[in-house]
Amino acid sequence: MSTAPLPFTARPAPPPRSPGRRLLDRALARPSLASLVATVAVVVFFALQAPQLLSTGGVATVLDVAALLGIGGVAVAMLLIAGQFDLSVGVVATGSSLVTALLVSQAGWGLWPALGVSLAAALLTGLVNGLLVVSTGLPSFLVTLATFLVLQGTSIAVTEAVAGSGQISGLSSAAGWESVRAVFGVTVQLGEGRFRVSLLWWLGVTLLASWVLWRTRFGNAVLGSGGAPRPARELGVPVTRTTVLLFLGTAAAGWLIGTLGLVRLSGVQVDPVLGAEIEYVVVAVIGGCLLTGGYGSAVGASIGALLYAVAREGIVLAGWDPRWFQAFLGVLLLLALLANGVVRRRLLAVPRS
Amino acid sequence: MTGSQPPLPFEESFPGDRSTDAVSGDPTAPPAGTPVLELKGLSVRYGNVPALARVSARLRAGEVTCVLGENGAGKSTLVQVLSGVRRHDEGQMLLDGTAVRFRSPRQARARGIATVWQDLAVAPLLSVWRNFFLGCEPTRGVWPLRRLDREGARETTVRAMARVGVTDIDPDRPASALQAGERHSLAIARALHFGARVLVVDESSAPLTVSQHALVLQSVSAARDQGLAVVLVTHNTQYAHLVGDRFLLLAGGAVAGNLTRDDVDVDDLTRLVAGGDDLTTLVSVLRAAHPELR
Repeated sequence: MSTAPLPFTARPAPPPRSPGRRLLDRALARPSLASLVATVAVVVFFALQAPQLLSTGGVATVLDVAALLGIGGVAVAMLLIAGQFDLSVGVVATGSSLVTALLVSQAGWGLWPALGVSLAAALLTGLVNGLLVVSTGLPSFLVTLATFLVLQGTSIAVTEAVAGSGQISGLSSAAGWESVRAVFGVTVQLGEGRFRVSLLWWLGVTLLASWVLWRTRFGNAVLGSGGAPRPARELGVPVTRTTVLLFLGTAAAGWLIGTLGLVRLSGVQVDPVLGAEIEYVVVAVIGGCLLTGGYGSAVGASIGALLYAVAREGIVLAGWDPRWFQAFLGVLLLLALLANGVVRRRLLAVPRS
Repeated sequence: MTGSQPPLPFEESFPGDRSTDAVSGDPTAPPAGTPVLELKGLSVRYGNVPALARVSARLRAGEVTCVLGENGAGKSTLVQVLSGVRRHDEGQMLLDGTAVRFRSPRQARARGIATVWQDLAVAPLLSVWRNFFLGCEPTRGVWPLRRLDREGARETTVRAMARVGVTDIDPDRPASALQAGERHSLAIARALHFGARVLVVDESSAPLTVSQHALVLQSVSAARDQGLAVVLVTHNTQYAHLVGDRFLLLAGGAVAGNLTRDDVDVDDLTRLVAGGDDLTTLVSVLRAAHPELR
């Protein structure tokens, strides 16, 4: 196929870049690069301050913290890539574990049916979030902030009213406890560290999300919905369905986090801490997701969770006042935002003709 | 054009402008000159203000119809109606002789009308091949292991871009690395690949360099040679005359002229688009002030 020659010709191709330069470009184009570098730096720093961080016990604690954060962070990262936001993961975690615990302790249900019902309740929350966002076109930050407040208030009030206190325990005598514990709570002792099965869930969620994002049509729809919503819609990308499904995904992740916590404590404690809700978003942003959508990765969010956990445990093990952690996290977030901005500008720079 | 098709009459009088022996890729395309899309007395009103008033035109396969006019002449409204963003209030739009009324751009696209928008929107951080296939990704394997055919998609993207004259492209680069002309080419290549029959190109609002313009015109003529009915909306008569077969002049929402390449040369065309008298006055004033101008 030859096209009609025109009286003037197109610009000659630019000279090819050197292989080293191309490799650098490729590396910089990866959303997770900055968080990986930062994690290595933080691990080295705290390993010098507190060598016990690298003992099996220290590693087990870090990974344990990272696992739950990572599951939520990965789900939120997928949503951020599609240009949306979810504040309600944490409260869905608490809420769904409360539903399970109440059904078991108050109504005498078996654990498995109770878990099924709480999963359905969590998915319903996700569905409401998703449908509200796509039907009203309101910013998902505000919509999920509203559902977060509603659920937070409701769960505290209902638990106090039904159970008489903010704490429900003693689930280990319920029917199905052994099998539930095998799936969500089994641990392995290696040296002085106790590794929990939540690690495998974290790994599984990260791998699944990563595969879905980069290797499936759904993943391309996620990237397209966040990167260019109007053209994506015109090209036939099911933006609405994708968004709702992603909200279902974060709700399911919230349920998983809640269930893992529930089985670990064999009970649930309602903890009215405001601010813990934001940490999944922080983790995703540290992992390289842009708040504007269209860019980010699941692996990055997992690395972000690891970074978060290393910093938190490192500060404790180094014997510092744990309250420094928040300040440290703020600095980290700021650095991540700046690094993401640099990467984005670099990628968006249109070559001059 | 395939060898069996006679060159169009006007091409003989402009042998320098284009080759008549360009090869068509699609043997099933209708012979050049068949009207694909026909507009009959199309009217669009915004409230009481007419944006298009009884516009009639025929868009033929294998021809480039240039829509020319000043700002506010109704060019954008025409693009919106053709691409399904807006519905017309009166008149008919006939696709292969059947009246159609699109409810959405997606519907228009499904019927084979592809539009290259003025803003050339791409997902900037997404790679070129992911942008190319956005919404129609090729897959392999069976569910739940159905996955993107990434190698195939990359190859197809490179091939499709080469078809419209953009060679040497790295399909893994983010689309933001493409220049405006190349984004035009990407959209046109996509339309060609997915079997569009009508291609509406709304010229970029961003200023294009000459070489970027060359890319656009090159891909427009590639689409023409594949037998598409091309609508090129522009205000640059110089470029329009290089590739256009027919010129639809709009003024105040109505058709002010429907000319073929035989009817006008580029100066006449410019004069007509600029409203004739205004430009003549301008030229005479300039010449009076600067006698060295011819």
